[in-house]
Amino acid sequence: MKAPLSWLRDYVDIDVAPDDLAHRMTLAGIEAEGFEVVGEHWDGVAVGMVTAVDPHPNADRLRLATIDTGDGTAQVVCGAPNVAAGQKIAFAREGATLFDAHTGRLSKLKAAKIRGVESRGMVCSERELGLSDEHEGILVLADDAPIGQPLADHLGDVIFDFSITPNRPDLLSVLGLAREVAAQTGATAREPDLSYAEEGPPATSKTSVEILDPDLCPRYIGAVITGVKIGPSPRWLQEKLAAYGSRSINNVVDVTNFVMLEMGQPLHAFDYDRLGENRIVVRRARPDEWITTIDGQPRQLDADMLVIADAGQPVALAGIMGGEDSEVTEATVNVLLESANFNAANIRRTSQKTTLRSEASIRFDKGLSPDLPLHAARRALKLIAEVAGGEVAEGVVDAYPGARTRLSVRLTEARTALVLGAEVPSSEAAALLARLGFTAEAAGESALDVTAPYWRTDIEIEDDLIEEIARLKGYDWAPTIGITGQVPDFEPQPILELKQAVRDQLRALGLDEIVTYSLTNSEVQAKARVEDPASLHVLNPLSSEQTELRRSLRGGVLQTLAANARHEDGILRLFEVGKVYVPRPGDLPDERETLAGAITGVRGETHWSGDAPADVDFYDAKGLLDALFAALGTEAEYEAARDPLLHPGRAATLRVAGARVGLVGEIHPNVLRAFDLGDGPCLYFEMDLGTLLDAAPPGRRRYQPLARFPGAVRDLALVVDQSLPAGKVTAMLEATPLVAEARLFDVYAGDRIAEGKKSLAYRMVWQSPGRTLTNEEVDKAQARLLQRLKKELDATLRA
Amino acid sequence: MVIDRLAKLRQDALDALGAVSSPAELEDWRITYLGRKGPLTEVLRGLGQAPPEERREVGAAANRLKQELESAREAHETALREAAAGALAERDAIDVTLPGRPALRGHLHPTTLMIREITDAFAAMGFQVVEGPEVEWDRYNFEALNIPPDHPAREQHDTFWIDEADAPGAGPMLLRTHTSPMQIRFMENHQPPVRVVVPGKVYRYEATDATHEWHFHQVEGLAVDEGISFTHLKGTLYEFAKRVFGVERKVRFRCDYFPFVEPGAEMAIDDGKGGWLEILGAGMVHPKVLEGVGYDPERYTGFAFGMGVERIANLKYGIDDVRLYYSNDIRFLRQF
Repeated sequence: MKAPLSWLRDYVDIDVAPDDLAHRMTLAGIEAEGFEVVGEHWDGVAVGMVTAVDPHPNADRLRLATIDTGDGTAQVVCGAPNVAAGQKIAFAREGATLFDAHTGRLSKLKAAKIRGVESRGMVCSERELGLSDEHEGILVLADDAPIGQPLADHLGDVIFDFSITPNRPDLLSVLGLAREVAAQTGATAREPDLSYAEEGPPATSKTSVEILDPDLCPRYIGAVITGVKIGPSPRWLQEKLAAYGSRSINNVVDVTNFVMLEMGQPLHAFDYDRLGENRIVVRRARPDEWITTIDGQPRQLDADMLVIADAGQPVALAGIMGGEDSEVTEATVNVLLESANFNAANIRRTSQKTTLRSEASIRFDKGLSPDLPLHAARRALKLIAEVAGGEVAEGVVDAYPGARTRLSVRLTEARTALVLGAEVPSSEAAALLARLGFTAEAAGESALDVTAPYWRTDIEIEDDLIEEIARLKGYDWAPTIGITGQVPDFEPQPILELKQAVRDQLRALGLDEIVTYSLTNSEVQAKARVEDPASLHVLNPLSSEQTELRRSLRGGVLQTLAANARHEDGILRLFEVGKVYVPRPGDLPDERETLAGAITGVRGETHWSGDAPADVDFYDAKGLLDALFAALGTEAEYEAARDPLLHPGRAATLRVAGARVGLVGEIHPNVLRAFDLGDGPCLYFEMDLGTLLDAAPPGRRRYQPLARFPGAVRDLALVVDQSLPAGKVTAMLEATPLVAEARLFDVYAGDRIAEGKKSLAYRMVWQSPGRTLTNEEVDKAQARLLQRLKKELDATLRA
Repeated sequence: MVIDRLAKLRQDALDALGAVSSPAELEDWRITYLGRKGPLTEVLRGLGQAPPEERREVGAAANRLKQELESAREAHETALREAAAGALAERDAIDVTLPGRPALRGHLHPTTLMIREITDAFAAMGFQVVEGPEVEWDRYNFEALNIPPDHPAREQHDTFWIDEADAPGAGPMLLRTHTSPMQIRFMENHQPPVRVVVPGKVYRYEATDATHEWHFHQVEGLAVDEGISFTHLKGTLYEFAKRVFGVERKVRFRCDYFPFVEPGAEMAIDDGKGGWLEILGAGMVHPKVLEGVGYDPERYTGFAFGMGVERIANLKYGIDDVRLYYSNDIRFLRQF
């Protein structure tokens, strides 16, 4: 809400600087988004008077204007068509700074010869003064403007721009803001004059108001003025509206707009004689009714929309915009003035449905006070009578089915101290609240019964009053004390701890964390081979890219790989910890914490000291996951598996304590192609963290005593069938008594062993916790092991 | 006399040692004078035939000499090693400006880092971290927070609605527009004292530009107990600002409006250019909200606050385009 300082001063004396005022209002909850100083650059510009206009000897379209500058006269060459003797104008001397009418930049005015005639100074247009884009003619000032007065003193102003919170529609008005300024600066606000002569016949004899849908219209006031003379508004009125970029229409319409800006109550003026039977019916629209609003748009109405109708037709879309057929025109003689209150929710819905937001609707849809219309109507009637003449009917027709009783709210010292943590005596509270127009009556020694002023709609409970006190005293007044009291019982959050550990470990393993959008689309999910893509859909997506909640992190990871493939060295090691959303009938989805990651490119950066590193493969991913599991205090088994995302021969299921927690493998060449990821290889892994947590609850790490006796190291090369997974051999070795370690260090298949066979070479550590093993003992144990290997896995010692 | 021979031997050995200049020469010297075929061994071996008197005397002298020469050898060896070390600089010098062998270093996403920093600051004040669902019912996102249907504050919460049936009593399904619904969920399941912070993703139906993203993170905070007041809210948030933005940073605390708090507040920090940057909204939990979860608002009071993680990270890291966070450009991510 804009508010010119000059207008605020109509209601309150302001003796603080603009930036101070902006600061105080901001602290009080009325954020000043900034202020604009009008006339900041007007050095050397003053009020002058045109005393004579003569033709230019050498140019038909130019004239010579003689200006009384207050301390002399000056002759300037002027091209404006509207310059005339007797006008008060803004005269810029040589050396004044003006906006160049062509470039829009500030520049210094120099004396010049124009078509052979010297021009000393300039008569300014609005554009040259930075007031508007108007450059057709010169700016003509009020007749009473004092000659020689600096223009900044005459026309200069400060325009504040306040951001109004939705609970304070009363501040969508200059008067409302002035009341706050008064309260925040300790001044007293002056209410506008509402008095006028009621000379006409009773309003009730001229019109009637019928509210058929009182749920949508708590109050409707109709007032009548007869015999008005429609014409241009006086200068003061035009100037007030100009600060809002609002065009002057005619004197009556301008008054309704003025009062809306002044008091926050939207008004509408109808041409009384164009209302069927000269009466008002407030009702829901009928199916298939149409109205052409004053912007010239025909609009179809529906039964949820409230209209103002005459005896037959809708004449206005209630609270949003008037109708073209009944608007005030130059031919209007009698005016019916509407000052009403409408249901905020209904106005908002209709405004959204018709995509029509007006200065009226943005006020009504916040919920205005139903007590406001009478005050606003009286103000408007007074001003219409002043600027357009006519006879105001006696009284108004006031249909007020939703009359509200303003109840008092009890304010206690005890609650104030409890909420604010600091005491405010009742007497002080009463004085503070009075500054905002509240009335307070003592209710015992330490309590007040407080009634809010008629324009406020946001005071319902005691704490609302406590906020008023706090913001009047200033939030800085309240002490700043650390939180004390009992610390709540600790509740473990294992999944949060797991997420943190996973992130930390993967970072330590050289992976970069990504965070991708939770919304995706079915095409990406299909491309990423999400197996069960039943997803929750967004009703109102922002784009076709983001229409449904992801069922997997795959899409995001693959898209991120693709997005980075273009401008990186090809080494990408990424992971994401995020939710996937599994629909559940009739309930919120199961939001499952998930880990996914991918590595691609070479194993490390090329270094000057060595060879170029090789491409990553399945075993890089596996090693990484092994390290992760070890860090988490568990381990996984890998079992060859299939997944449509992965290369069918290079994929494994991850099992922890028997539970399937995820998978790892090389991304299928077809998927690489679908995401434009080149030839790969690209390794991918994913894990359901909830399942992992269930399978390997944290806190199970136990210390193993350090071996006291040395182990015997023996190498053991075994020949087995090519198709036998090495994991089976390793598992048997590790399960053998006295085997402390069995580490596979070589795998060989080739012409030095039988076809269809491979050799697995292990470094074995034989060890007993109780003694040093003798060679004979190790020999015996190994012999027994070899027998079992032969029997169970058909494995033989390599010759 | 044998004793004289020993004296000469000593002199010869020490003279020879003086000329030794390398470990190899030193080894030769040792073999020459102290080896099994050396003169000293010979002397000791020859004692067998000597009379017992002489045997004792010469034996003792020979052993003393052996120990003396052994010590002299060790001293010389140490001296040679020291001298050699002095030459390492010329012999073994490398170019220390060549690049190191790259070690793998991963990075956490800036929102993860920021959430940790924020929640750590509150954890130090006894707040526990909890999380809640991102897909919510209207009841939790709005109604229970004193934002009934058609409340004007809903205009500031442009919402993504989910295409699912309404739940009886909980209304339509949506993507939460703030982390505040977790206030309700937590209080429904806990009795005071309550002291939690809730990080998480939130969603707004908003076109994306440099300062707006439809998908971002917030951290919510809630403390409810007997005797919690506005002063504690201020104390907690000022402490937070000190921890995250530094002790010297100026803070502004002003009145603001959110339907689920009363009084409401907003905190801003000094932008260093004479302006203020808003970092969070806060206030005392509205009595209606407490009542709704079955807390007695006469007995319990509390405060709540909520902040945008990316907004704070922008300030901390000087990031000027919020779209960078979810573009996941590796050149961006690797800066954290």
